[in-house]
Amino acid sequence: MILGSINPAVLLAALMVAATPILLAAIGELVVEKSGVLNLGVEGMMIMGACVGFIIAVNSGSPLLGFIGAALGGMALSLLFALLTQALMTNQVASGLALTLFGLGLSALLGQKYVGITPPRTPKLDLGVLSDIPFLGRAVFSHDIVVYLTIALVAAVWWFLKYSRAGMILRAVGENHDAAHGLGYHVKRVRVLAIMFGGACAGLGGAYLSLIRVPQWTEGMTVGAGWIALALVVFASWRPWRAMAGAYLFGGVVVLQLNLQAAGVRIPVEYLSMSPYLITIFVLVLISSGKARGSLNAPGSLNRPFHASS
Amino acid sequence: MKKLISAAVLGAALASPSLADTTKVGFVYIGPVGDHGWTYTHDVARLALEEEFGDAIETTYVENVEYGADAERVMTQMALSGTDLIFATSFGYGPDMNTVAARFPDVAFEHATGYIQETDNVSLYNARFYEGRAVIGHIAGKMTETNKIGYIASFPIPEVIMGINSAYLHAKAVNPDVEFNVVWAYSWYDPAQEAAAAEALIEQGADIIMQHTDSTAPLTVAQDAGIYAFGQASDMSAFAPEAHLTGILDVWAPYYAERVQAVIDGTWEAGDVWHGIVDGMVGFAPMSDLIPEDVRAEAEGMIEAIAAGEYHPFTGPINKQDGTPWLADGEIASDGDLLTMDFYVEGITSEIPN
Repeated sequence: MILGSINPAVLLAALMVAATPILLAAIGELVVEKSGVLNLGVEGMMIMGACVGFIIAVNSGSPLLGFIGAALGGMALSLLFALLTQALMTNQVASGLALTLFGLGLSALLGQKYVGITPPRTPKLDLGVLSDIPFLGRAVFSHDIVVYLTIALVAAVWWFLKYSRAGMILRAVGENHDAAHGLGYHVKRVRVLAIMFGGACAGLGGAYLSLIRVPQWTEGMTVGAGWIALALVVFASWRPWRAMAGAYLFGGVVVLQLNLQAAGVRIPVEYLSMSPYLITIFVLVLISSGKARGSLNAPGSLNRPFHASS
Repeated sequence: MKKLISAAVLGAALASPSLADTTKVGFVYIGPVGDHGWTYTHDVARLALEEEFGDAIETTYVENVEYGADAERVMTQMALSGTDLIFATSFGYGPDMNTVAARFPDVAFEHATGYIQETDNVSLYNARFYEGRAVIGHIAGKMTETNKIGYIASFPIPEVIMGINSAYLHAKAVNPDVEFNVVWAYSWYDPAQEAAAAEALIEQGADIIMQHTDSTAPLTVAQDAGIYAFGQASDMSAFAPEAHLTGILDVWAPYYAERVQAVIDGTWEAGDVWHGIVDGMVGFAPMSDLIPEDVRAEAEGMIEAIAAGEYHPFTGPINKQDGTPWLADGEIASDGDLLTMDFYVEGITSEIPN
């Protein structure tokens, strides 16, 4: 009787929505880390995307333009990180943390005039008969288009990394940048492109929050989603489908505990509320532990600076 | 980052020469001024002060200040730069404020919703939000059709528990079948989480949502689902005009003006006030036309009765959740009981998390 009054189809539908912003950010960061760069600025790029996407959607009246703007906004911020770490050879961890702080501050400044405005709404996709299928219709075929595009993006990234030539070069750069350089690949160019992709994805994730999920702009509205996305990448051992499973698990925990509470099930709420963050801390500790890196399938050159002369 | 910038700006602003008779007022905020909830209402009051006192005062604020070392640093900096009166607007600043106040006996300190008063330059103020919750509980009890009301709570502290009890008692009074589903968000402000909580409550059959969290996200969810909801702290009707029934407003300006005037006059003394509807600290957003006319009249009547002191929302007989008597018939809860409330009243079926 514990789950008696919770409709599993609704739960599944809710967790897909809850997982989408962190999955978008995570899949971008996964590509960045596969190229050997650790960008801890995901939270900052997400909030920039949320802010820029919102501003553009409000002014243009088009959610689509908003999402494009969000991707560009996240990308613009990531270029700053690329400049710092790839051209100026700064420490990636410090630069990433600075990027988060900078993004939070800049978005608060840019978004000041946009507090309290309702953005143009993104319609749910009309999937016709699919939406009428019992159970699956409600659970899987009742979402906005971004949910499906995100899944398509995961598939695309998986295919890109596994089968495409460019993807293999990217992985080579991430595993051993000296060898890749020796083979004549442009290590920095590959990394800058990966960083830009990561920024665009994080921006889209942020815009999903400000344009669809909430939908409204307030400063700091991502409330740590970027950090969960970072943890997901490690949690997923840098594998795209596992990142998706992880995002659904994280989203599922959040949604499930709220639904259990609403259904009046007596559960230790405080522990469940804490759990996504506990897992995040745990995997972030793992990232920094030298021994665990190898067993976790971490890219060999992750977080190591590259200069052609070294 | 933003904190650093605002602290720097603050330092620069306070370091600049100003007229000797200008009274400097500093504000320490827990959230961003743009949250449209708690912090926003304090900043509205700060702006009202500037309007009212003009050149006689100078106000500064620092937002997103964490409890602990951060708060202590910000308040110390304010005091060092000649601030005469400091308002810290969140519960958790208590220990930090008292530490700083002990070091600066000539500065007046005002702590919102606090309870620690170790020196005679620390003043406490709070609002009787449970009075407002009684009114919206009454409206909800009258208007619900499913007899299920969803309540998004933040943290299990007396303030929040008091609100749930007050709303429940008054919904129950007009609708014996009413049930409250409480979801704890463990956050004062997390739009995505609050939206998910609202969805979960609606899925469980709630057709009216109340919130004790600060974002407007639950209102939007309610509107999309075609049900009703109440705003929080500020007038949130613009976010969901088809769902927003009314909301409890935090009105700090009159109290702030009174305290600033006292500092200017040199008559400021530490106090400990708990203001309600009658003092204007608890207000209401305009009652929507969505509320049936008779219910609106009843709500207005209740507001007047509370303001006139004829009615107290916690008047016995009231039993605790486990059935033990709390208030006898006609007995009125003491402020001390309310401020330490850690139990649900009889009829609420869920449990308070530890």
